[in-house]
Amino acid sequence: MNLKTIWWAVALACGVAPAAQAQDHRGGVLKLVSASAGGTIDPQVNYTNQYWQAFVNIYDGLVTFRKSSGASSNDVVADLATSVPQPQDGGKTYVFTLRQGIKFSNGQPVTPEDVVATFERIFKVNNPNAGSWYNNIVGGDACLKTPATCTLPDGVVADDKANTITFHLVAPNPEFLFQIAVPFGSIVPAGTPPKDMGTVPVPGTGAYMIASYDPQKALILKRNPYFKVWSAAAQPDGYVDEIDFDFGVTDENGITAVENGQYDWEFDPAPADRLAEMSTRFPAQVHLNPLLADYYAPMNVNIPPFNNKDARLAVNYALDRKDTVQIFGGKNLAVANCQILPPGFPGYQPYCPYTLNPGAKWSAPDLAKAQQLMAASGQAGQKVTVITDDQGVDPALGTYLASVLNKLGFVATTHVLSANIEFNYIQNTNNKVQISITQWYQDYPAASDFLNVLLTCGAIHPGSDNSINIAGYCDKQYDANVQAVLKTAITDPAKANQDWAAIDKQATDASVWATMFTPKQLDFVSKRLGNYTFSEQFHLLYDKVWVQ
Amino acid sequence: MAAAGVLVLVVLACLSAPIYAAHVSMSDPFASNLDGSITIGGQSVDIMQSTPTGLGVTPIGPTWASQYFLGADDQGRDVAARLLYGGCNSLLIAGGATLICLVLAGFIGIVAGFTGGIVDTVLARGLDVLWAFPVYLLAISLSAVLISRGLRLGPVTINSDSLLIPMAIIGVVYVPYVARPIRGQVLSLAQSDFVLAARCLGVRRPRILLKDILPNVTTTLIVFAPLMMALNMLTEAALSFLSIGVQPPAASWGTIILDGEGLLYTRPMVAIAPGLAIMVTVVALNFLGDGVREAFDPRAKLRVRK
Repeated sequence: MNLKTIWWAVALACGVAPAAQAQDHRGGVLKLVSASAGGTIDPQVNYTNQYWQAFVNIYDGLVTFRKSSGASSNDVVADLATSVPQPQDGGKTYVFTLRQGIKFSNGQPVTPEDVVATFERIFKVNNPNAGSWYNNIVGGDACLKTPATCTLPDGVVADDKANTITFHLVAPNPEFLFQIAVPFGSIVPAGTPPKDMGTVPVPGTGAYMIASYDPQKALILKRNPYFKVWSAAAQPDGYVDEIDFDFGVTDENGITAVENGQYDWEFDPAPADRLAEMSTRFPAQVHLNPLLADYYAPMNVNIPPFNNKDARLAVNYALDRKDTVQIFGGKNLAVANCQILPPGFPGYQPYCPYTLNPGAKWSAPDLAKAQQLMAASGQAGQKVTVITDDQGVDPALGTYLASVLNKLGFVATTHVLSANIEFNYIQNTNNKVQISITQWYQDYPAASDFLNVLLTCGAIHPGSDNSINIAGYCDKQYDANVQAVLKTAITDPAKANQDWAAIDKQATDASVWATMFTPKQLDFVSKRLGNYTFSEQFHLLYDKVWVQ
Repeated sequence: MAAAGVLVLVVLACLSAPIYAAHVSMSDPFASNLDGSITIGGQSVDIMQSTPTGLGVTPIGPTWASQYFLGADDQGRDVAARLLYGGCNSLLIAGGATLICLVLAGFIGIVAGFTGGIVDTVLARGLDVLWAFPVYLLAISLSAVLISRGLRLGPVTINSDSLLIPMAIIGVVYVPYVARPIRGQVLSLAQSDFVLAARCLGVRRPRILLKDILPNVTTTLIVFAPLMMALNMLTEAALSFLSIGVQPPAASWGTIILDGEGLLYTRPMVAIAPGLAIMVTVVALNFLGDGVREAFDPRAKLRVRK
């Protein structure tokens, strides 16, 4: 045994080694790449996973999701607040105590006024979810009507002496903490202009700050000089000194560049024709993680032919989910799913009625039953157009779905629309979309994010591009059940999750979606990238990885 | 002659698509076949082949046999059969667009050149405006609108999935490229000795138009036809490649190239085969165009006689 070994043994015994090792990894530049930029870098406007992944290193909310891997990454932990508050007043009031001594990246201290201004700004900048999440704050509805002059004197109340901020809600909301834990709830300086900042960085409190942003070129993050760790679970120090996110490199070239060590990670999904090469030549650099998401085909229940339930059921029974998994990239990249909630999600209980042997899992399509239902529906010969976007595997899924519909006796074609417009197009009732291909990724880990947000009558806005209940399913009994569970969730989350499972079955049985599969995230990283950490909420955590 | 021969072969091959699909490849080129298998050398081979790692599924490559001669695409469909069906659509759209373009351009050019005055000014400036648009930008804009909604012109309704949509779009965007030279020719013909002589003899304008102007212009239009068809074929392929031409599951050479784009690393033949087909057809059409021009050009004949 030499001296070095003895030193390490002693160091390990004293718990010094991990810290020393961590210090060894500190430094370097993390090089990321994507085909294109993700739009505005205003954290209260941008609604893309691409930038949410970056924002969690730059900004903090009062609370956030734990920076860890596995199920614990769905836990809400205190961030700028000293602790996660218990709801008061039957779930209508939350009191946060602000940590002291925290500064923005411009040197300005964080005060309760900044918190108030942040939540007013959410309305002023027309945050995408202002009308669905934050309007439950007292005064929120008035702010929606006149965003420019939004104030929330009775909704968000600051107490400078006590260093607290009190939120008053119109109605109890079991998901309030989730909704302020996402980057929309990032606290920004009170003086931040009340407009979408576009390419101009907004100061934050995170371990990194935006040094420069050019959507044609790159997003550069550097260490925030005013940052000191106050909670490693909420905002760790970060290993790398700089994060360079380059744009303009296609997915094919990006993969090659990562293989060659020119970049550490590519944001865009790996092209299907490179999967075999990546997994066989560089298996140690491939990381697979389940996502909390669905790929599905919403069927419009208000227009022919899918206003006929038998026709919808026929599609569900005929859909070979194994084929859709193959199109996505194979059995290790996706899991066949029949129901609304994805596997592993709160409230999920395995359920698949649309299979050869109905039960917990999908096994094979039941074509005989599908044909029988199709004959009963009397919809054979009906023209159907499958709308899909032009990105990733979606066109192939659209073509496949059209093929299934043709086999059933419909006369189906596919219309491929630009991904820039497809998601809004399929939502607008004026476009009379019969069936389409789309995806839904969780915003936060609550069953209502699927069952309430996507399938209740309130999510239908005729003639609007933001009518997220794409199938147009409106069932009063279903809505009443959802409301009842939302109330239960405030006091008894475990019971609520059981009730959500029943609602999931109810929606699945209504056959308004042909759910295909739940995808997995494939991250292909460089050889030098270490400490890969995948959060179920924000995916690859940049501040957890090291490059030296 | 060789160019015409190649074109005839291409057309005949494309027309044989239903026979090829039913009796040679024995597959439905429009239906997904992700679970199918074929027998090669006495062994059953999956059309879509999974990797041992369970990541990535690769379609079968060219078998150089009757079934899956050029391999399969990402839906497990026979590429050779789709190539022939796609050729039918590509040729039909290119041919139809050429007809629309020549008829419209001929009409506008003749009316503008022969009528003169305000009519000429309005039509000529209209052509200038259309000419000012980059042709692909105009075609993409029109396609993006019409492909999603179809076309309704009074009692005429064209469904969004109809081949008439790309046909009409491509035909219209190239009108100025033909109409302007036709107008110039008509302006020149209107001042020619034989037209002036006819006028002096009291021949009515419609008769001059039909007997003196139209035959001369027709020759020019015939010379334009193969060249425009080649151009239209390339435009159709470009639009279909951008998903705003022929809509799946129907095929054209452009859509098959698009299908092959995602398989370039593993199954390049899916993109190469339609690319080659377009190249051969376009080159043949250009050679044919040159031949036709020389055949109708009196000066060319004079040169030959020398």
